[in-house]
Amino acid sequence: MMNNRENLLIVSSSPHLHNGNSVAKAMRDVLIALIPALIASLYFFGWAAAKVIITCILAAVLSEAVAQKIMKREVTIDDGSAVVTGLLLAFCLPSTLPLWMAAIGAVVAIIIGKQMFGGLGNNIFNPALIGRAVLLASWPVAMTSWVAPLDGVTTATPLGMLKQGVIAEQLPSLWNLFIGNVGGSLGETSAVALILGGIYLLYKGHIDWRIPFSYLGTVFVFTLIVGFVIGEGLWYPLFHLLSGGLLLGAFFMATDWVTSPITKKGKIIFGIGCGLLTVIIRLMGGYPEGVCYSILLMNMITPLIDRYTKARVFGGVSKHA
Amino acid sequence: MNTSTFRGGIHLPGYKESTQGLPIIPANIPDKVYLPVSQHIGAPCTPLVEVGTEVKKGQKIAAGKGFVTSPIYASVSGKVVAIEKRQHPGGNFVDCIIIENDGKEEWAETVKPNPHPEKLSPEEIRNIVFEAGIVGLGGATFPTHVKFAPVEGKKAEYIILNGVECEPYITADHRLMLEKADRVVAGLRYIMKCTDCQQGIIAIEENKPDAIALMEKVVAAEPNIRVQVLKEKYPQGSEKHLIYACTQREVPVGGLPLDVGVIVNNVGTAVAIADAVELGIPLIERVVTLSGDGIKNPANYLVRLGTLFSDLIEQSGGFTEEIEKIIAGGLMMGKAVYSADVPVTKGSSGIVVLKKTSRKKVRETNCVRCGKCIEACPLFLEPTTITKLAKRGLWEEAEKNNAMSCIECGSCVFVCPARIPLVQYARRAKQAIGAARAAAKAKANANNNGGKK
Repeated sequence: MMNNRENLLIVSSSPHLHNGNSVAKAMRDVLIALIPALIASLYFFGWAAAKVIITCILAAVLSEAVAQKIMKREVTIDDGSAVVTGLLLAFCLPSTLPLWMAAIGAVVAIIIGKQMFGGLGNNIFNPALIGRAVLLASWPVAMTSWVAPLDGVTTATPLGMLKQGVIAEQLPSLWNLFIGNVGGSLGETSAVALILGGIYLLYKGHIDWRIPFSYLGTVFVFTLIVGFVIGEGLWYPLFHLLSGGLLLGAFFMATDWVTSPITKKGKIIFGIGCGLLTVIIRLMGGYPEGVCYSILLMNMITPLIDRYTKARVFGGVSKHA
Repeated sequence: MNTSTFRGGIHLPGYKESTQGLPIIPANIPDKVYLPVSQHIGAPCTPLVEVGTEVKKGQKIAAGKGFVTSPIYASVSGKVVAIEKRQHPGGNFVDCIIIENDGKEEWAETVKPNPHPEKLSPEEIRNIVFEAGIVGLGGATFPTHVKFAPVEGKKAEYIILNGVECEPYITADHRLMLEKADRVVAGLRYIMKCTDCQQGIIAIEENKPDAIALMEKVVAAEPNIRVQVLKEKYPQGSEKHLIYACTQREVPVGGLPLDVGVIVNNVGTAVAIADAVELGIPLIERVVTLSGDGIKNPANYLVRLGTLFSDLIEQSGGFTEEIEKIIAGGLMMGKAVYSADVPVTKGSSGIVVLKKTSRKKVRETNCVRCGKCIEACPLFLEPTTITKLAKRGLWEEAEKNNAMSCIECGSCVFVCPARIPLVQYARRAKQAIGAARAAAKAKANANNNGGKK
């Protein structure tokens, strides 16, 4: 019986057991983790948000399929990574952005940010952030026109107000920042929704705690010190933690597998670097927010970080490679 | 419970429920046994018999040259009917001595109990271990007497008996500890005497509380022997990680356990040593767990070496349904065999039969740099980096990334979402680096000899 051709045994390299995880499953879990923020964005910004989100996802998936077809590569849109990129990009756009701009952002994210580097796994920069950076450079006005949640009147973001020197009493309350009832990019405003998603990813083991904790911790400590120097209280660092794209960036973008360091030590350095750059840009840069650029800058030195943070081999002495 | 462990590693499903409660039963003694001349690490043996030679059970039928080798004994009495190349569970074709069983079960005259085992000197014990053909029965099959040989300037402070058995499905050592606890301890005492070692440790994973309790009872009166309970984590049974968990000492890269004053033996090896020293019985049988979701009646068998996998599968009632893999050893480090017509050898701790899965095979993708392999690697390596270098044939770079330290435990592959066969690439890198090192050594030797002329 064993020698029938139909009944040949499978002979493969050990191990013969797998935990069942796959890239597609991980992407699915990232999408699940983004559901609270998605609901918040739809609640606060309504149909306008839905249209931007749908546009970005469709443009991302379509451009990935077309690019792979043209390059005669296997079409891998079923792994869900393009959907994640499209959704994350939409989350860092204003709900009022013209849809054709949103679509261009998604196409740039996938084609330039990802496929031109060789597809998933080979890109150096976070694709969604590349899309956002290109949009911000190309249409700065459209990209920084914000509306208030629910009523849709023009407003500024909390960080924008802070930069303009609005006094503390007139800034949005920490509670509104926490639930997301403030102006800003459509998926970044609700801190509680993003934290829930982040906890889910940590629980599922898809992201390492080192990056978000070192990132958020650095921002907290840095702004705590700054707040102390300029005579503000504990609200000041909390305001920085809960506002802007920090939580979205710390849990969903800085933790991007492909573009962050693979070593344990490297992840901490990466998070601290992101935190320092974010605060420096927020306090001293031309823009009120610095999450996008700080992560892109740290993406750039990720190979370097990996190289100098190799762990010592078990039974060996520590040394640099 | 005070448990210890190592850094890295993974948590595996045990799958041990189906056999851990089943006593070891004797496997049917087959009509023919197939004994490969190489069942150990080191020099293969040369047959001492010819086709037609009548042999008795326990008679030496093959022996090798040099120090790192281990002789082979007839596991049944009968007649040698063929010596031919046959498939080894490892996959390659090896000379096999095939003995037709005459059913008489006659022992060779050389097999006789030792009247005064307590009077044996360390050298005598070591020689008995060598002569009995004993190798590491956990699966590594390294000749045991070599570990016991004194090394200038190094002393064994601890003998650790490995009763961890961290591979899923396998329960052979677990059952052995339950059923032959006193023989395990007897073997340990001979090892300690042989190596002039004062401290013995029996290391057991916390998932075997019955074995831990029994062993603790048996060693209660032994001041120099203790039981060490270890966390349930894979690969806790790896020699280096076992040593670390028990002593917090790291075996240096490229070094041996004795470099940190430790010798590790499997609990099954200890029982074989006790049998050889006291009863004069060479290694002709071992405990094998036959399990997996594709086998009808999983069991723990006491098996004569040379019994075919297919004989055991038949005794267990055959397959449950269509199967896709038969694995010699465990799921994590065992080898998938081409056919069930391969013999049980000294290193066969288990046979796992897996039924066909309906699950779709997930395709291998690019590395997505998640870092899970690094988190899992108990050697603190970067499996993905080694793989990327191996794919490009950059062997020197792979060597700098410590590819040679890989123990092929498979933890990285288990967690890889991109489904990359990282171990296969690491193995390829190790082969290439090993070949390059051998070539460099040969060249250096040639130059030295040239200089002398």
